[in-house]
Amino acid sequence: MPTSALRRTQRPGKLAGLSAAPDPQTSATRYKVTGIRVLRSEWAKFWSLRSSWITLGVAVFLLVLFGTIASYTYSPGVTTGGRPGPRGGSGDSDAVSLALTGVTFASLAVGVLGVLLAAGEYSTGMIRSTLTAVPRRLPVLWSKAAVIGPIVLVLTMIGALAAFQLGSPGLDGEKIALSPGDDGVLRSLAGAGVYLALVAVFGVALGMLVRSSAGAIAILVGALLILPGLATLLPDSVYDSINPYFPSNAGSAVYALHQSSGSLSPGAGLAVFAGWVALTLGGAAYRLRKSDA
Amino acid sequence: MIEARELTKRYGDKTVVDNLSFTVRPGEVTGFLGPNGAGKSTTMRMIVGLDSPTKGSVTVAGRSYADQAAPLHEIGTLLEAKSVHPGRSALNHLMALAHTHGIPRRRVDEVIELAGLSSVSGKRVGAFSLGMGQRLGIAAALLGDPAIVMLDEPVNGLDPEGVLWVRNLLRSLADEGRAVMLSSHLMSETALIADHLVIIGRGRLLADTTVDDFTREAGGGVKVATTETARLRALLAGPEVTIASSADEELLVSGRDAREIGAIAARHGIALYELTPQAVSLETAFMDLTRDVVEYQSAPAGAERKAA
Repeated sequence: MPTSALRRTQRPGKLAGLSAAPDPQTSATRYKVTGIRVLRSEWAKFWSLRSSWITLGVAVFLLVLFGTIASYTYSPGVTTGGRPGPRGGSGDSDAVSLALTGVTFASLAVGVLGVLLAAGEYSTGMIRSTLTAVPRRLPVLWSKAAVIGPIVLVLTMIGALAAFQLGSPGLDGEKIALSPGDDGVLRSLAGAGVYLALVAVFGVALGMLVRSSAGAIAILVGALLILPGLATLLPDSVYDSINPYFPSNAGSAVYALHQSSGSLSPGAGLAVFAGWVALTLGGAAYRLRKSDA
Repeated sequence: MIEARELTKRYGDKTVVDNLSFTVRPGEVTGFLGPNGAGKSTTMRMIVGLDSPTKGSVTVAGRSYADQAAPLHEIGTLLEAKSVHPGRSALNHLMALAHTHGIPRRRVDEVIELAGLSSVSGKRVGAFSLGMGQRLGIAAALLGDPAIVMLDEPVNGLDPEGVLWVRNLLRSLADEGRAVMLSSHLMSETALIADHLVIIGRGRLLADTTVDDFTREAGGGVKVATTETARLRALLAGPEVTIASSADEELLVSGRDAREIGAIAARHGIALYELTPQAVSLETAFMDLTRDVVEYQSAPAGAERKAA
């Protein structure tokens, strides 16, 4: 048979040196998937993409830039733009809320970062490699959340503090000026970091749930920015009772220095926003487990 | 070893894989053949747990894929579609996979060298050619030193040197005692590498055979021309011999090779004017087998012209 004859004679001798088998010490029963290793893998995956660095950089940059500018351009009596205060709020500024003007913009950036980390796997096909390496699947989702959360938490906390400090000279002599040692200042700045970390995890969950970057980003923007505005169309009584529970409103309560009327306390806001994130994560976990990749 | 038992996958009312059972054994190269759309890729996706079967089951080394403690060590996979983030370098892609199993950097460097990617391992995968992408996929498949290697259309996009490389590589993997499964829609290419053939069409098993058997069955026989057809016919007859007559003074004999026929004729003093082994290509045999189940059949060129 010409075919099999060919086949036999083509057996390579020189491949032996470059065998597909690793050298004996390397092999092989030690190979095993563990939660820590999946985490290690996701950590490496996060940092090995240029888009992660860029998006993260943009988030921190926006946070610092807008906070600093808002502080320098502040003049008493004029409400400085930025994050829309809850309806009924008097729009009174304080040094912290000025420093955190950039949170809304940064939240979009870190949300997109989360979406890209998750949905990017699907749009590129990387998910097939990922899930063949980790067929139990769920560790991938937890690891992505566990990687992006702390990274965003640390960097945006630093960013928030930087915005506050850089903006302080701009408020020198103003009535609203505060120092980091003042009551609640550090809690608020840290709260901004916690909020942004949760937004990033929210992005991961949305990305895993929707599996498309565009779709997940649309939902993210809708949930954080459009939903509260849309809700103003509701009758006042309904609006007033549900408004504080929208993701972005509950979230902004986390980093507000003073609890404004009609909004939640920082603790309650954190609980509500974390609830939204947990709900989405649950949906993402369900879809990841149940449906074909 | 891969064992598929009554594996079935339906999408809506379309059955992509239909009651498919087969075994991929260690030490052999199993060719997994079928026309486009036959369900090869879906079957492979089910083997590694990316898709879950509607019915039936498939196990890798006796266990379902999701229950493997070290899946990359059990089975290395190259899927047809690209499964790499284009923004990552080849090295970082392999490292990301290696981390999940605790595979050391040394092993990653080994497979990069094995796949001939050393000079481009730091480049973003998005800039890779189709062939380099295939090499990276094969490197990833070998990363965990797997007992089974499963490759979906591995020679797609490879240059002749690359095709030869894959052929030799798969052969040596099988000779090391690993189970090798590769899918293809090209019979001729597969026959050069494979020992065993699993042929499917429209998701159903058409043939589960060896390359040698398939080639023998496909063999086109020997054309013999002589004036004494009746006498020769009687002399050649035998239990596994079939003889057809394509024209006057012409016989088509299968079951005996040209040498035998010539010897018999000479012994009995029959003059032969022609004695030609008929080469039926494996490709033709494969197409005959799968003709009825081709999913996307092209109309014959003549018919198309008539219609136009």
